Amino acid sequence: MIPGSFEYHRPVSLQDAIALLVQLGDDASPLAGGHSLIPVMKTRLATPEHLVDLAGISGLKGIRRQQDHIVIGAMTTQSDMIASPVLAETLPIIRETSLLIADPQIRYVGTLGGNVANGDPGNDMPALMMCLDAEYRLAGKNGERSIRAREFYLGAYDTARRNDEILTEVRIPIPPEGHGYAYEKLKRKVGDYAVAAAAVMLTASNGTCRTASIGLTNVADTPLFAEEAARALVGTRLEPAAIANAAKAAEGITNPASDGRGPSEYRRKMAGVMVRRAVERAKARAGM
Amino acid sequence: MPKVQVKMTINKREVEAMVEPRMLLIHFLREQMGLTGTHIGCDTSHCGACTVDLNEMSVKSCTLFAVQANGARITTIEGMAAPDGALHPLQEGFRQMHGLQCGYCTPGMIMRAHRLLQENPNPTEAEIRIGISGNLCRCTGYQNIVKSIQYAAAKINGMPYQEAAE
Repeated sequence: MIPGSFEYHRPVSLQDAIALLVQLGDDASPLAGGHSLIPVMKTRLATPEHLVDLAGISGLKGIRRQQDHIVIGAMTTQSDMIASPVLAETLPIIRETSLLIADPQIRYVGTLGGNVANGDPGNDMPALMMCLDAEYRLAGKNGERSIRAREFYLGAYDTARRNDEILTEVRIPIPPEGHGYAYEKLKRKVGDYAVAAAAVMLTASNGTCRTASIGLTNVADTPLFAEEAARALVGTRLEPAAIANAAKAAEGITNPASDGRGPSEYRRKMAGVMVRRAVERAKARAGM
Repeated sequence: MPKVQVKMTINKREVEAMVEPRMLLIHFLREQMGLTGTHIGCDTSHCGACTVDLNEMSVKSCTLFAVQANGARITTIEGMAAPDGALHPLQEGFRQMHGLQCGYCTPGMIMRAHRLLQENPNPTEAEIRIGISGNLCRCTGYQNIVKSIQYAAAKINGMPYQEAAE
């Protein structure tokens, strides 16, 4: 399969990249790792006339600690995140999730920025970023702005990013030490998108859940932030009944398509199962 | 669309060429460089037959444009044997342990296993299976591929190969 013709640009600064996107308008597409974009170009579902490759811009890659936040550059790859000691220490759920994305070859190339910005509800990082209350930094012609992951996703492949903006970094608050976490993903095979998946973060003291946050992958047009499901856990001892309530509340906000991954009813039920399993593992990790 | 110039080092040889921006790396290697050892399998980044080593990473060359590899160091299956023709331990392993039947997936398997052993010289069986999870083989059932990689790891580490008890 051969993509349509395009002109290739490789700017070396963020300013140049933004200027190109402004000048070329809707005919241009930014290119990160390309493992979502290139396949749809090969089937001609996407035919951008210009590709603006972000790989030449220094400063878009890397993981650093900034006071009580972790800041990850948009061009940081999944394999960078898997290998990062600072993430392993502060946010191990990112490693756990990254290892469930695609396969080893694709993880060397696939980026965090591409995964969160392209708006595919099948991507794993968006629901995790909602769960973690991450903030995306967007740079455009009028300067920079930040938007919470929880407000970023508008529909399938539709996000709050404007066409002439570039997502430059992701800022994530560092959770307290000893927190519980888990990402549970049901998939048919290595490399598949989720039938359903759930990200869970929680904190506990004296055997009681104090805070909880839940994100859901690939069970609606957008990733979902399951607020009511999380509320069903807070203040409980995470006994089976409380977890069942959370799973039921999570199922209630899903609207999955019927497709090769199963009928809608099955995928909704699996969203609940993923929530239950993730809460159970997070509970054990929080020492409950 | 005008062609653009790319330079890269392929199998330790510096090359320069003009390419259309839309040319995929796999087509560049096979058709423009004549390196047909790297195979096109699914053409959709699932099967791993097109795996090459690029800047110390295993990548699927069907899902990269040649222009993205400008300046890169690439190793393909043709770069694995020694200049005198002596097989790389992975090639020897695949031969000794019957790690191939039709052979279509083998170049990609070997290139992926090469990077895996660079990063983890003494992998467990589970680590090998996870490490090659982006490569599909429709003949072998993977059993002998895993043994081939274990054989190569032992040889590279200067250890005798011992088949694990079943």
